[in-house]
Amino acid sequence: MISEMNFFGRILYILQSYGLSYLTGAGTTLLIALVSTVIGCLIGFAVGVIQTIPIQEGNERTPATFLLKFCQMILHAYVELFRGTPMIVQAVFIYYGLAQIWGVQLGMWQAAFLVVSINTGAYMAESVRGGIISIDPGQMEGAKSIGMNHFQAMTSVILPQAFRNILPQIGNNLIINIKDTSVLSVISIVDLFFVHKSVSGALYTYFESASIVMLIYLTMTITVSRLLRLLEKYLDGSENYELADCMDIGNQMHKKGA
Amino acid sequence: MEKILELSHLGKSFGNHIVLRDINFSVKKGDVISVIGASGSGKSTMLRCINLLETPTSGEILFHEKNIISKNNDIPSYRSKVGMVFQSFNLFSNMSVLENCIVGQVKVLKRNKEEAKEKALQFLTKVGMEPYIHAKPRQLSGGQKQRVAIARALAMEPEVLLFDEPTSALDPLMVGEVLNVMKTLALEGLTMIVVTHEMSFARDVSNHVVYMDDGYIVEEGSPKQLFSEPTQEKTKAFLATILSEK
Ligand SMILES: Nc1ncnc2c1ncn2[C@@H]1O[C@H](COP(=O)(O)OP(=O)(O)OP(=O)(O)O)[C@@H](O)[C@H]1O
Ligand SMILES: [Mg+2]
Repeated sequence: MISEMNFFGRILYILQSYGLSYLTGAGTTLLIALVSTVIGCLIGFAVGVIQTIPIQEGNERTPATFLLKFCQMILHAYVELFRGTPMIVQAVFIYYGLAQIWGVQLGMWQAAFLVVSINTGAYMAESVRGGIISIDPGQMEGAKSIGMNHFQAMTSVILPQAFRNILPQIGNNLIINIKDTSVLSVISIVDLFFVHKSVSGALYTYFESASIVMLIYLTMTITVSRLLRLLEKYLDGSENYELADCMDIGNQMHKKGA
Repeated sequence: MEKILELSHLGKSFGNHIVLRDINFSVKKGDVISVIGASGSGKSTMLRCINLLETPTSGEILFHEKNIISKNNDIPSYRSKVGMVFQSFNLFSNMSVLENCIVGQVKVLKRNKEEAKEKALQFLTKVGMEPYIHAKPRQLSGGQKQRVAIARALAMEPEVLLFDEPTSALDPLMVGEVLNVMKTLALEGLTMIVVTHEMSFARDVSNHVVYMDDGYIVEEGSPKQLFSEPTQEKTKAFLATILSEK
């Protein structure tokens, strides 16, 4: 009987029977993408910050410098490894590898979050590093000249600016993650794409189901990019500033003095 | 007067390019020292060495008789006592004018927010920038930015304030507003080292002038001595070119 319906009829039929499955799938997709992007960003910031710690002149041969260089080397290898291999392979590699070599049996959810997070982290690490070195060195010198140490200068001056500058790339990563969670079906995650495969396999309605799924993906990605635009606007603050009322300042100082 | 800072046989090279050869001079409390000299003579490098933005390759920098180049010296705490004002302002672009003047006090001096804000307003008022406390640096003119940068440095209540050509990036119209602030600070007894091309400042405001060439201090003395009775040929030649430009 579904073969007798027209295109819209079939879409309606699919939605009536499997609407909830699509929504749940979309929820799973969004959850994995959001959480993993946030964790990936944290990883990326940590890695990017460590990789840009300067080696102080005159301290080239101290143990601390050696340790720092060693960490930077390991992190560099991490970035290359996870940027340079497909996530679909990483998922299989980690999910089955951990089980076979170390006997660690991850749940598929843990594996999903883990894989997407460290994959995103590798990309973000490079974005953050680029964001940090693109900030005018004068900002760091200004911070040092009033006595801030490297860490204070990073957290109060450099990273807020770097964060603002790489926000579009964070958005890119989030959107890529929304789409790329589809590869997690290899470790049996029931995401939106998995639902699509099951439904279209059962009803032989590939085109109709794909249309629905396209629309859902697009809705998610467009919403996310709109929200990020709003965040950018908010971070940029207002184009104008108000002149402070001098009386007000006077009063504030007076009150403190009294 | 009490000696605050002393440079002794200070040398700095970048690779095999020697920029500072043998710099000796001392700064007493209340001194306003102008450093003049041709482009590339090493003036900025010397200031940056004093603030440890560059690590000197030889010699000593004594701050209250303690060598601050030694390994176990607490550099951030030293820097908080020796402020710096840059040619390119270097205001924190992610913060408002007020936050620029507060952040160092809170993070470095561990003052509480209230006290820091009060100090910030006090110094912003001094440089005439108190109406602009909510503005971001990108919304200000060059002269305004430089005055905020001075207030930011002052808010740390440093013992010495270093200026590296603070008016060189400014339109002629804005030079005056910054020089006036610096003049006031000099009159109030702030200890300052000023690298400058403003000969009128060197002559009329400072009490000591240092002439540098090719990594050496060629001649130093009171403004009167240096400008009216220079003894070295190089100094005479430099003054002749720079004064004829005016
Ligand atoms: N980081 C660096 N690496 C290599 N050479 C440098 C570096 N910084 C400065 N120099 C060199 O040191 C010399 C002195 O530079 P410096 O900036 O101290 O001169 P200056 O007297 O301040 O000149 P100006 O009046 O143009 O500001 C120049 O020849 C410059 O090329
Ligand atoms: Mg210079």
